[in-house]
Amino acid sequence: MKKILKVNDLSVSFETYGTDVQAVRGVSFELEEKETLAIVGESGSGKSVTAYSIMRLIDMPPGKFDGGTILFNGEDLTLKSEKQMQEIRGKEISMIFQDPMTSLNPTMTIGKQISESLIKHQNMSKKQASSRGVELLKLVGIPNPETRINQYPHQYSGGMRQRAMIAIALACNPKILIADEPTTALDVTIQAQILELMRDLQEKTGTAIILITHDLGVVSSVASRVAVMYGGKIVETGNVDEIFYNPKHPYTWGLLGSMPKVDSKGEELLAIPGSPPDLADPPKGCPFVTRCPYAMKVCRNNMPEYTHLSDTQKTACWLLDERAPQVEIPETAIVGGYKQHV
Amino acid sequence: MSENREKLLEIKDLKKHFKVDRNKILKAVDGITFDIYKGETFGLVGESGCGKSTAGRTIMRLYESSGGEVHFQGEKVHAKKSKKELKKFNRNMQMIFQDPYASLNPRMTVKDIIAEGIDIHGLVKSNAERAAKVNELLETVGLNSDHGNRYPHEFSGGQRQRIGIARALAVDPQFIVADEPISALDVSIQAQVVNLLKKLQVERGLTYLFIAHDLSMVKHISDRIGVMYLGSMAEVTTSDALFEEPLHPYTQALLSAIPISDPILERNRERMIIKGDIPSPIDPPSGCRFRTRCPFAQDICSEVVPKMLEEKKGHWVACHIYNDKYSDQFDVPNVPSSMGIPIN
Repeated sequence: MKKILKVNDLSVSFETYGTDVQAVRGVSFELEEKETLAIVGESGSGKSVTAYSIMRLIDMPPGKFDGGTILFNGEDLTLKSEKQMQEIRGKEISMIFQDPMTSLNPTMTIGKQISESLIKHQNMSKKQASSRGVELLKLVGIPNPETRINQYPHQYSGGMRQRAMIAIALACNPKILIADEPTTALDVTIQAQILELMRDLQEKTGTAIILITHDLGVVSSVASRVAVMYGGKIVETGNVDEIFYNPKHPYTWGLLGSMPKVDSKGEELLAIPGSPPDLADPPKGCPFVTRCPYAMKVCRNNMPEYTHLSDTQKTACWLLDERAPQVEIPETAIVGGYKQHV
Repeated sequence: MSENREKLLEIKDLKKHFKVDRNKILKAVDGITFDIYKGETFGLVGESGCGKSTAGRTIMRLYESSGGEVHFQGEKVHAKKSKKELKKFNRNMQMIFQDPYASLNPRMTVKDIIAEGIDIHGLVKSNAERAAKVNELLETVGLNSDHGNRYPHEFSGGQRQRIGIARALAVDPQFIVADEPISALDVSIQAQVVNLLKKLQVERGLTYLFIAHDLSMVKHISDRIGVMYLGSMAEVTTSDALFEEPLHPYTQALLSAIPISDPILERNRERMIIKGDIPSPIDPPSGCRFRTRCPFAQDICSEVVPKMLEEKKGHWVACHIYNDKYSDQFDVPNVPSSMGIPIN
């Protein structure tokens, strides 16, 4: 598989009230063609900032790059000017957002919002763009696209707005689609429709997807690979089966254990005590140390290196050091097929 | 559910209509009937706009009802009451709100927020007693006593929800309506709050009405569940029965729409994806309200409103498929197994 995006040791911080909030602290990952990479984590873990950095949608200032590179087609996106980025946004890399109501322009028809990028990037005439718009609306499953294309966002329901936003994002056949919590604002039956649509479209168009979410159910349903972020770092990454059936990081255990199971009989959930670290003054060692039930002395002051567990899975945790005590995954964090799988 | 259990609440044909325009009426809740037993958690689920929050608020008389009755320990909630009677009554029912940011007064200290109910109902005699009570409540919900002098903005979402819970507990209620108490919180914090709610229920014998849209969390916390769709109740049963043998097509669709956090199961699932969106409650479909999205709908569904029938013991469903009078008009659907998971 060809790698189309390489993020290398990316650090992003925001200056607020005289302190630097280090939102992303040395994140590295690669994105392959046609895959879906899910970035999971709680609010404040840096997952959205990572995605916005790729699109260069972070206001600078107050934000700034503290280091690292984002290589797309061999070119470093962190060095691009705003004008150069406009050539990439919407054409090569596009994005769909959490709230389809606030991210569509209420004063423009849906058709016009789709045409915008087609006219700019593909030099289409208005007429061509409009007929392509109808095709795109049909592709994302909007009934009566000929009428719907001349309507405004408020005339669409929530699920349809999200479909329209996907149509806009896919208009120029981008290589990468970044989806920031695309279904969080939707009802579960509508969420199922949108996830189905995303799976379907990826098969048809081959676009690589970066999916930002906190919902592990969504991850297991669409992702092929997963990166778990905590405190501005990727603490564990692997393909979807490895993360669900053979997780090694206590934080991943916590995430899996705090979701009720399908066959749960009301056992107590594995709650992660405490709350995430303050990234204005990030911990020197492992960011999870204050909430980790297995924390050792070494964790406090030294960030663990990645331990490679397979070609695809790596985990940053001192428990995997050979000198550390053997720790078993807690019962509540074991996902159904785990026992059969290992 | 054993029938000799004491009913704490009986909700009979409860309605709540809002006037939205001169000639338009939004029937947010349009005739729902169910009981809540003492000491249980009753989960109310449904998509946004189905009326579940309105139902919760009307049951508590935060809204006056437009029809129907709610009996709390045999007493009519919506009957005419003097201020004094109402005050006495309100002590028994408390609410935990969805948004922990909007539901705490930012200009009050945490101890004053928690003690507001204590003051109104005159439950303590001295300031020292009041402080002791507040400290005890803070500790009960997992905060410590010096948090009392701070303001809400100094707390995280999970901590604020704990303050909201402490406030609800302050007047020793019997019944708590928890309206989406965890949906604004991160997953790891959700588990903390759910565990706390369960612990408090055991310790204090509380009865909950737990309103949420996250079915797996509702299943986890509830003894029985009611599924609402567009202002009406589709199905009521125990949470195990609902997941093992959902009867109403809407419940089946809802269950099969939940993504399961187990990739292998997820890949092998049989999905029943329903088309379209929830219709507007201002102009709901005639007959069965789900018929516009129901894969099994027949003519009869647009003509007759389905009645709630007890299909199995304690398992109520409002669907013509289960009504002997009409059932021959349906191709008996192949009911998907629980959540569409293949049974080996």
